[in-house]
Amino acid sequence: MAYDKFTTLKSTAVPLPIENVDTDQIIPARFLKATERKGFGDNLFRDWRFENDGTPKADFILNNPIYTGKILVGGKNFGSGSSREHAAWAIYDYGFRCVVSSFFADIFKNNSLNIGILPVQVSPAFLDGIFTAIEADPATELEVDLSAQTITILSTGAQESFSINSYKKHNLTNGYDDIDYLQSMKADIEAFAAKSIY
Amino acid sequence: MSQKPATLFDKVWDAHVVRNIEDGPDVFFIDRHFIHEVTSPVAFLGMEQRGLNVMFPGKTFATADHNTPTINQHLPVEDPLSANQLKALETNTAKYGISHWGLGNPKNGIVHVVGPENGITLPGMTIVCGDSHTSTHGAFGAIAFGIGTSEVEMVLTSQCIMQPKPKKMRISVNGELGKGITPKDVALYIISQLTTAGATGYFVEYAGEVFEQMSMEGRMTVCNMSIEMGARGGMIAPDETTFDYIRGREKAPVGAAWEEALAYWKTLKTEEGATFDKEYHFNAADIEPMITYGTNPGMGMGITGHIPSAVDAGSNKASYEKSLQYMGFHEEEPMLGKKVDYVFIGSCTNGRIEDFRAFASIVKGRKKADHVTAWIVPGSHIVERQIKEEGILDILTDAGFQLRQPGCSACLAMNDDKIPAGKYAVSTSNRNFEGRQGPGSRTLLASPLVAAAAAVTGVVTDPRELLA
Repeated sequence: MAYDKFTTLKSTAVPLPIENVDTDQIIPARFLKATERKGFGDNLFRDWRFENDGTPKADFILNNPIYTGKILVGGKNFGSGSSREHAAWAIYDYGFRCVVSSFFADIFKNNSLNIGILPVQVSPAFLDGIFTAIEADPATELEVDLSAQTITILSTGAQESFSINSYKKHNLTNGYDDIDYLQSMKADIEAFAAKSIY
Repeated sequence: MSQKPATLFDKVWDAHVVRNIEDGPDVFFIDRHFIHEVTSPVAFLGMEQRGLNVMFPGKTFATADHNTPTINQHLPVEDPLSANQLKALETNTAKYGISHWGLGNPKNGIVHVVGPENGITLPGMTIVCGDSHTSTHGAFGAIAFGIGTSEVEMVLTSQCIMQPKPKKMRISVNGELGKGITPKDVALYIISQLTTAGATGYFVEYAGEVFEQMSMEGRMTVCNMSIEMGARGGMIAPDETTFDYIRGREKAPVGAAWEEALAYWKTLKTEEGATFDKEYHFNAADIEPMITYGTNPGMGMGITGHIPSAVDAGSNKASYEKSLQYMGFHEEEPMLGKKVDYVFIGSCTNGRIEDFRAFASIVKGRKKADHVTAWIVPGSHIVERQIKEEGILDILTDAGFQLRQPGCSACLAMNDDKIPAGKYAVSTSNRNFEGRQGPGSRTLLASPLVAAAAAVTGVVTDPRELLA
């Protein structure tokens, strides 16, 4: 599915300073029963966000109107656990376009890139800096510049570079995806398959 | 050949690169694609919206497992959303000519159980599935890992995915495991040492005496749990144990094809002098029966020990405290003797015949604890049949247990098998995340022996005390 192009993003951010946020928290298994990719944002962080009867939990960050924005900032090892792309869909569907953490689980990172979410990995110190800045002022804006590969805390001017491989960067910048690319090399794949012993 | 010595992982990976993109991923060819009802429907839909077709339907195999009920499988599935996903899998596979073992098929079962037991999983293959525990198949010396739905669509339409080559890690465990120490304990021990992010970015090869002596089913358990330390997957070099397991299985090669395959498989090992990006060495003698106390699989401990303090756990204090609060536990308290409400044996980690043999070895001649609800769920119909044929069902029945029908069941609670909020479950599955086995459920991961000991005593018990 082609997605929105990603170039730069300037936004306030929602802080979630918890380590090892696993995909079962991002979207619990019981919400994976759809056969179409829509509406997953309603159940993003379902069990942290709502009581069983659907009442919002006042102490969960997404229910605090002070914190808004298109950037989600999570603790170390964000997105561990299952391969469910639904976790990335839920984050995207809710309205986030970028997730910042000091460390991402592999499959979550891949899934995010594949659907147009930019995972930005920063140093633990920079991550702490973001949390501190947002705690001091929830209106703190972050600026993520994909072409320059930098993230900046606008209130303090603190900036850090992040890495992304040039292929994925090109895709995100242009809104292309891997399926487009793979379709362009089907003849090579046919030839490769013909040699396979399996 | 003057090339530098290669690892098992290099050999299999490099043999599957269709194209290498500079500073980008490899175009990586997939030999076997497993699909199930949960992560495939959107992939089929996306493919159709793009006007594409399945490129090699014969390389994809489908089974229904995540949603399926474990009782009354002959009746229509009650949950309309589950029924809808199961129907979508049936329709999609029929439309594109993909093999499908749905409910009622004698070969139906959990995707990572049925692949190996039917000879679909073979050494040297690349195997993917929209399920993180695809790492299970690495036990055969295959590169196997979980993918997302966009990638399922890629494999359907091009038999390839775009993957950067992971770094390489080798984990060696030498020495001899003590009595009552199972492959699950080995896996939980390693993860407790490395943490849930300790192998992120790596593909792991397991080596050393413990894995050389381990059965295929044990190796599958270990490789299955690789994902729980963040690894993309784990693998073990194929050997005579592997070949003996595969020989004669339904879809395994025969005759000249077998000989040709075998000759190739025997080359699949890490060469002397090959290097890894990271190496770990552990001693088998240090491993006890393990149990988890927290909300990720890295929060495990020897069953006779005490829950570590936040300082020792090496994790962020707030996350650690949140975890113990969810579990209703405290720092530095013992786990032995804690009351257990539910016991679950099954899943792609421990739903194979050896696991039920181990469970029965402790249950035999004893009775189920009155207050414990036990869900005993084979990984496939073939395992279910073995349980009956080997007399294990009689042992279970005499002890007051009932056998359910195959599926993922309470591992991720997408069907009706949900642990109620606040209740404690000793589970042989792979994840103890908050709410994993039902909203509010509290999971203690452990081996089939620890599960059996809990099922008969009603509390966390060292299984070594009950072994003959």
